[in-house]
Amino acid sequence: MRPFTLERPHDIATAVAFGAADDDQTDYIAGGTDMMQLLTDDIRRPGRLVSLGDGVLDDRIEAAPDGALRLGAAARMSDVADHPAVREGFPLIAEALLSSASAQVRNMATVGGNLLQRTRCAYFRDPGVHGCNKRAPGTGCAARDGVNRMLAVLGGSEHCIATHASDFAVPLVALDAVVRLSGPGGERTIPVEELHRLPGDSPHVETVLVPGELITAIEVPASRAARTSHYLKVRDRESFEFALVSAAVALDTDGGRIREARVAMGGVGPKPWRMRGVERALAGAACDPAVLRAAAARAADGTAPRPGNAFKPELMRRTVLRALRVVGGQP
Amino acid sequence: MTSTAAASVVGQPVSRVDGPLKVAGGATYAAEFDPGPGLCHGAIVTSTVASGRIASIDTAAAEAAPGVVAVLTHRNAPVLPYHEHKGLTDPPEGERIHLLQDDRVRHQGQPVALAVAETLEEAVYAASLVRVSYRPESAVTAFSDAVAHAVPPGPRYRDRGLEGDGGRGDADAALGAAPVRIEAEYVMPRLNHNPIEPHGTVARWSEGELTLWDKTQWVDNVRAEMAAVFGLPPDRVRVVSPFVGGAFGSGLRPWANVTLAAMASRHVDRPVKVVLTRRQMFGITGYRPRSTHRVALGADRDGQLLAIRHEGVSETSTYETYAEEQLGSSEYLYACRDVATRYRVAPRNVQTPNDMRGPGKVTGVHALECAMDELAAALDMDPVELRLRNDTIVDQSTGVPFSSRSLRECYQAAGERFGWSRRNPRPGAMRDERGRLVGYGCASATWPAMRQAAEARARLLPDGSAVVSSSSSDMGPGTYTSMTQVAAETLGLPLERVRFELGDTRMPTAPVHGGSWTMASLGSAVQAACAEARRRALAEIGRADADLAAVLRQIGEPVEATVRTEPGDELRRYSAHSFGAVFAEVAVDPDLCTVRVPRLVGAYGVGRVVNPKTARSQITGGMVMGMGMALTERTEVDPRDARPVNSSLADYLVPVNADVGELDAVFVDEEDPHVNPLGVKGLGEIGTVGVAAAICNAVYHATGRRVRELPVTVERVLGAAVR
Repeated sequence: MRPFTLERPHDIATAVAFGAADDDQTDYIAGGTDMMQLLTDDIRRPGRLVSLGDGVLDDRIEAAPDGALRLGAAARMSDVADHPAVREGFPLIAEALLSSASAQVRNMATVGGNLLQRTRCAYFRDPGVHGCNKRAPGTGCAARDGVNRMLAVLGGSEHCIATHASDFAVPLVALDAVVRLSGPGGERTIPVEELHRLPGDSPHVETVLVPGELITAIEVPASRAARTSHYLKVRDRESFEFALVSAAVALDTDGGRIREARVAMGGVGPKPWRMRGVERALAGAACDPAVLRAAAARAADGTAPRPGNAFKPELMRRTVLRALRVVGGQP
Repeated sequence: MTSTAAASVVGQPVSRVDGPLKVAGGATYAAEFDPGPGLCHGAIVTSTVASGRIASIDTAAAEAAPGVVAVLTHRNAPVLPYHEHKGLTDPPEGERIHLLQDDRVRHQGQPVALAVAETLEEAVYAASLVRVSYRPESAVTAFSDAVAHAVPPGPRYRDRGLEGDGGRGDADAALGAAPVRIEAEYVMPRLNHNPIEPHGTVARWSEGELTLWDKTQWVDNVRAEMAAVFGLPPDRVRVVSPFVGGAFGSGLRPWANVTLAAMASRHVDRPVKVVLTRRQMFGITGYRPRSTHRVALGADRDGQLLAIRHEGVSETSTYETYAEEQLGSSEYLYACRDVATRYRVAPRNVQTPNDMRGPGKVTGVHALECAMDELAAALDMDPVELRLRNDTIVDQSTGVPFSSRSLRECYQAAGERFGWSRRNPRPGAMRDERGRLVGYGCASATWPAMRQAAEARARLLPDGSAVVSSSSSDMGPGTYTSMTQVAAETLGLPLERVRFELGDTRMPTAPVHGGSWTMASLGSAVQAACAEARRRALAEIGRADADLAAVLRQIGEPVEATVRTEPGDELRRYSAHSFGAVFAEVAVDPDLCTVRVPRLVGAYGVGRVVNPKTARSQITGGMVMGMGMALTERTEVDPRDARPVNSSLADYLVPVNADVGELDAVFVDEEDPHVNPLGVKGLGEIGTVGVAAAICNAVYHATGRRVRELPVTVERVLGAAVR
C-alpha cells in the first residue's frame, strides 16, 4: 500500500475541493468495503485519501408522502434494506440489497459507494496481470480471450468486457432513479442509468463524474409498479457472491393487464442494463404465461457473449421469465 | 475407583480441551509470536511469467522507501548450501526451487524478491516498488498441452509403491466380453488450499541457532529442511507450532515464507516475520492437481463387475514430480477379476501441487463412483445394490483380507437415516414443495489405515497430574483432546489432570500430522508411554493396584517415560482401510439450473472412535469440503500464461454457511483387532471422499443429466438441458 495522506473534511465543499484540485492523486473513501481491497491489492494508489465519513454526506432515509425515496449517499446498505418504506414500497430494492455481499459488508458499505464500486473482473483485481485497459490504459484486455465467465455480454468493447457488480444499482435503473451530485461546478442531478459509461476505447473512465464530484443522494421516484416487484439473483453460492445474472422486475397490473413494466438486469454489462425490449413486449399486454414468455425471450437481444460466458443469454431469458412469473403471479 | 472412571474417557464426546483458549483468543498462532525486540517484516515480490529469466531487477526505489531495512533478490541474497533433503511429504522426483539463488523463473507467483522493513505496511509498499523485467522462455501453460506429454510418476515413486500401471487379469478382454459396459471421462479442476490462517513464519537467529515459529503440520520436517537449506546441524534449528488455523495438507511442506524469513533474519540480524497474502497462497503453496480420468466398467446383467479400466492424468510442475495414488481404490474397493489402471503426470510450468485432504482418493474415487452410478443406470439397478453386490472381504489387489470392512453396514446405516427407500428410481421424478427437482445419490468412501513410528513422553508430577508431549500438530482434528483422552485413560487419571503438549521440535518425535494416521501412530505411542510411566511409578512403591495420584504424591518427584512405537507386520498381513457410504440430496431449479444440497448423510467404519464429538466434526467438515469440490471450488488457471486467475476468496468460492444444509455423520460399530493397539483406522480425510460423486449422482437423478466436469455449475446443468 502506497503511503497516502488521509483527509477528513467535515463538509462537502472541502471534500469536493480535494478531488477537484488533483484528480489523479485523490480517492474518496466512505464505507471502505471496496476501497480497502483496492488499496491493499495495490489497484488504487492515491496520494490523498479523502474520507467522507465525518458528516460530509448524510445517511438519512426518507420517504415522501407520494412514496418517493431519498437515500443519503452515506446510508448503509443494511439500514436501507431494513427500512419499512423500502421493504413495503420497493421490495426489489430491499431484495437486491439483501442479496449483496455479506451482512458484515452491508453494515459498513454505503449506498453511494455501492454505485461506485469497481468491477470484480479478476484480471483487473490482480496487479500481477499486465493486460487491463481499465487499470492500466493501453495494456490490452486479458479477459477478452481469457477466463470471462462472469463478464459482460452487453455493452462491452474490444478494450474491456468488465461487468458492473452492484445489485442495488439494477432496480435503481429499472425505476428511473437519479443521483444527486455535488462537484466543482455546483450541483446537478442525473439518472442512475447515465452514471456509468460504456467502456468504448477508454474503459478506465467508468462514470460521468468529473474530478471531485460526489454522489450526495439517491432519489427513487414514486412507483406503483415497484410495490409488486422482485429482484432475482442467480449465483454460484447462496450468499456472499456476485451475480452470474440478475433481474429486477416491477409490474403494475390492472385487471390482468400490464399497465407498466420495468425490467433491468445485472451481471451482464458494464452498467446495469435496462431491458426496454422486454418492457415494450409487456406494456399493455395481458399478464399471461404466453406474454411473459414472449417478453422474456427478448431479454438477450443484442448480446455478444464470449466463449466463457456463452451460457448467459439463455440464462438471462430464463431469469427474466422466472422473475416475471413471480411478480405476475404466474409461477 | 478413579481408574474405572477414567477408563471410560476414550470413546466419550469430550469437548476440545483447547476450545476455550481458541475462542477467547488465547491460542498463539505462528505469526503472532513475539520473538523479542527488533522484529521486522518481509513482503514477497512474485513473478508474473510462467517461465524465463529475470532480465533486470531494480530495487533502488524500494531501498529508498521509508522504513526499509533490506531488499533481497537473487543478486544479493546469501548463497545457501541447499543440501538435498526429501522428507516423506516432499516429491521424491525432481528438486525444490532454491529461493533467490538464481535468475530462473519456473512458475507464476514464484518469489523473486523480499522487501524487509520496520512495519508490514512499509514492507508491502517497498515490495510494490521493486521493478522486475523478464526474458520469457517457452512454457507449457495449458493443461491440455501438458497432458500431451504426460509421463509415469517415475522410479522413486515406484520405490514408494506408486506405479504408473497396475491391475490384474485382462481388463480389455473382459470389457470386450462384458454384456453391459459404460465408459466416461471425468474432469476435476485444480483446488487450492484456503485455510483461514495463511502460511506465516517468524524467524530469529541467536548465536547461530535458528528458531522458527511456523504454521506447519510437521515441525520436525521444517527443521530438517531448514537444516539442509542453511547447512546446519538439525539440533541448531528449533521449530515451534502449537496451533494451526486449518491446513488440510497445506502445512505438509515448508513454503517460501519459512526459508525467506530465516534467510532475511540472518541477513539483517533481526527477527523477521513473513506471512503469505491470500493471493500468494495461490502461487506459493501446493494444491490438489487438476486431473482428467477415464473409467470403463463392464458387468454382467446381474451387476457383477467383470472389468474395471481406470486411467488418470494429473498436473505437476516442471521441476518436481508430484504424483498421488489416484487409482488404487479402483483396484481394491470392489470385487472384480480383471482390472487395469494407468496413471500419468503432466508437467506444466506451475508450482508443484501437494496433498490436499484425501489426496488421490478424493480424485480417483470421484471418477469411479460416478462411473458406478452410470453403470447402475445402464443396468437399471439400484446404485446401492450395485455396490453391495460387488462387496468383498478380500482386497483383490493384494489377495489379503481386509483387517475390517463395514461398507455394507455403512450403506445400511446411512441409507436408513437418509431414507433411500423413498427414492423413485426414475430420474426427474421427484420434486420438492418449491417445485425444484429432487435427486438422491450415493457413493462409497475409502481411505487407507496407515501407521508410522512415533515417540511420546509421559511425565507424571508429584501433584498427581501428568504432562504428555510429542512434536505433533493439531491442525483442527482435535489431537490435543484425543491424546489427552488416551493418556488419561491409560494413566487412570481424571482428564483435567492431564495436559498434552505438541508442536515443538524439542519434544519427542511425532510423525507428520497427516494421512489420517495421527491417532493410530501417536495414539499408540502416547498409550505406551503412559503405560510405561504408570508402571514405573507403581513399581517404585511396589504396588500394582494403587491409586496413581496417591502414588505420585508419595514418590514426591516426577516420574517420566519416553517410548517409541512402530508398526509391525500387521499391514502386510491385512489390508487396512476405513470405508464409508455417503448419500446426498440435491434440489435443482428446473429453469435456472442452480444446484443446492439440502442434506448429506454419511456412515463410516473407522474402527474405534476415540472422541465421537471431534470425529463427527471431522467428517462434517470433510463433507463441506466435498461440497465445495462438487459445486463451487476450482482454481481457474489461464491457459495462456498459467497464472491462477481467481486467486482471492472473492473469486475462489468455498461454501458459505448458507450453502450447507443438514449434515449427518455416524459411525458403525466396528472392532478391528489387527490394525494397531488402539484399533483406530483414521477418519480425518475420508469425510471428503465420495461426497462430490454422491452429489453428481444426485444431480443425475434429479435431472437425468450427467455433469462430468467439476464443479457442477449452472451452465453445465443448463448446457446439458439445452442440448
